[in-house]
Amino acid sequence: MYRWYRRILAGLVLLFCGYNFAIYNQEGVSLGAAASDGAFLSAKAMRGADLWQDSNCVACHQLYGLGGYMGPDLTNVMSHPKKGPVYVKAFLNSGIRLMPKYHFTDEEQDALCQFLVEVDQTGYYPLRTHTRSFPGWVDLQYKTISSGSP
Amino acid sequence: MNRRIASGFILFGLLALCLGLLAGLLATVQIMWPPFLKPFLGFHQIRPLHVSCMVGWIVLVATGSVYAFGIRKQGLPRWAQRTAWVHLALFSVAAILIVFSYLGAFMGGREYLTFPPVLIIPILLGWGCFGFVFFKNRREKSPVPVYVWMWGTGIVFMVYHLIEAYLWVVPQIRILFIRDITVQWKAYGSFVGSWNMLVYGLAIYMMTRVKGDSKIAHSREAFFFYFLGLCNLMFGWAHHTYVIPTAPWIRVVAYVVSMTEWIVLFHLISGFIKTVSNEEVGAFRPVIRFLKAADIWIAMNLLMALGMSIPALHIFTHGTYITVAHAMGSTIGINTSILMGALFLLAIDLKPSEKKLHLKGFWLFNLSLAGFWLALISAGLIKVISVAKEPEILFSQLHQAMTPSYHSMALFGVGIMLAIFRIIWPLFSIFFHTFRATEVNSEEA
Repeated sequence: MYRWYRRILAGLVLLFCGYNFAIYNQEGVSLGAAASDGAFLSAKAMRGADLWQDSNCVACHQLYGLGGYMGPDLTNVMSHPKKGPVYVKAFLNSGIRLMPKYHFTDEEQDALCQFLVEVDQTGYYPLRTHTRSFPGWVDLQYKTISSGSP
Repeated sequence: MNRRIASGFILFGLLALCLGLLAGLLATVQIMWPPFLKPFLGFHQIRPLHVSCMVGWIVLVATGSVYAFGIRKQGLPRWAQRTAWVHLALFSVAAILIVFSYLGAFMGGREYLTFPPVLIIPILLGWGCFGFVFFKNRREKSPVPVYVWMWGTGIVFMVYHLIEAYLWVVPQIRILFIRDITVQWKAYGSFVGSWNMLVYGLAIYMMTRVKGDSKIAHSREAFFFYFLGLCNLMFGWAHHTYVIPTAPWIRVVAYVVSMTEWIVLFHLISGFIKTVSNEEVGAFRPVIRFLKAADIWIAMNLLMALGMSIPALHIFTHGTYITVAHAMGSTIGINTSILMGALFLLAIDLKPSEKKLHLKGFWLFNLSLAGFWLALISAGLIKVISVAKEPEILFSQLHQAMTPSYHSMALFGVGIMLAIFRIIWPLFSIFFHTFRATEVNSEEA
């Protein structure tokens, strides 16, 4: 019996290796419409991502609903008709009761906004439009990304 | 020697628990009244402090318990003893630096591992030391009981997934945002699965000790549970990421696999509780009470988790306090109950004649946790309903609507904290004296 257990374990580990390989290499093929040149972060957005992490923005804000709940989700804040870069920078500069004032330079604010712009291009959240194609299943609406930064 | 090293890890874990509870309470007060401590210790510092301490409590006590129950008692080679002490020293240095990094707002990591990335190096080296000692000196030889498989699996996968959680430092991974966030949450989901292997292994070990019957740990049912848990660890993580536009097959696999393991754990513990006799209860009463509590929390969380794993429901609960209720029910209700049981079992082993080892604060703990859990669910439901009625509702309006839930969370949070302090108070001195004892005295204890 224990020999069988070892075989099952070996089989699962092999399956896990193949599964991980597919996940780590999911650019292009498996991301479907979401993967194009525009899905790759620009150097400026990468700088913004660093600031996002260094300031621990995720303690309060979410991207795709993942993060803390002290502030709103920012996945699509840049494409929102009433929000966008000016709105975000106003919060960064002044702070509010819930959010501290940040002393970012103009270059840093631009980088942070660029990161949010490029995150915005990857998809939709919250999910306002989706289809239920199978009992309990949800098909997501994918965003088509144009090449280059906006 | 392994009792001293175990006591070192457990004391360390108990300190992390106390600090984590305090940070959790401060964070709740800050949610209700944001100016509180804001200029000195912002929410972006308190939250990671709370999370790291609570993760530390689970991981450190699980590690200490495996040192106590899983490593052979006699004839442990000197290199293994030294390696175990190096493990404790590495974790201690990392923990102190992590706490100071939060207090000084030096971060740079990501959610749940917010500390500067370089601090993962001593943690990984510590896990390497643990694996080296465990695999070379495990107590149980062939046929190996299922809990030893679980502990070994937990150690190996913990190392793997901690490394995976830092793949973002590789620019080629990080540059594609969707892949990056997917790998990050894959690592976190499986990281939790890895510590669950350690903790659930302890639950099965406790059942064999109380019953005095090792058949439970060699049964086909137990191994079925182990492999199902392993499948969840490997493939079940993606229920966290249903809403991220990853490849559909990743989400389909998660949907099929997710959350089946608890059904079997519930079945195992329930079966054990039904068969345990009054005679067997005896000195193990505190251990059994915590196993029963864990069983009830598994049942409550199972229902919620299965619901949340259905994508059509998940899109409503995702990003709300219902997710937090699921996390708190798992980490406090299930993991903490099992770990408390393990601590009482080890305390009974160390001081069988200890008269003061009565369990106090048990009901306050469970009732406060139930209140806290319901308060979180109510906050989540308020968001779900408010957003359904008014999709463009302002965040400040949502925050205002959830205020009664926040007050309840603070009240029941205080209850949980007081109850835990009451439960662990008699344990502190036992583990402290064991840690300070000479090696000969420790082995005699």
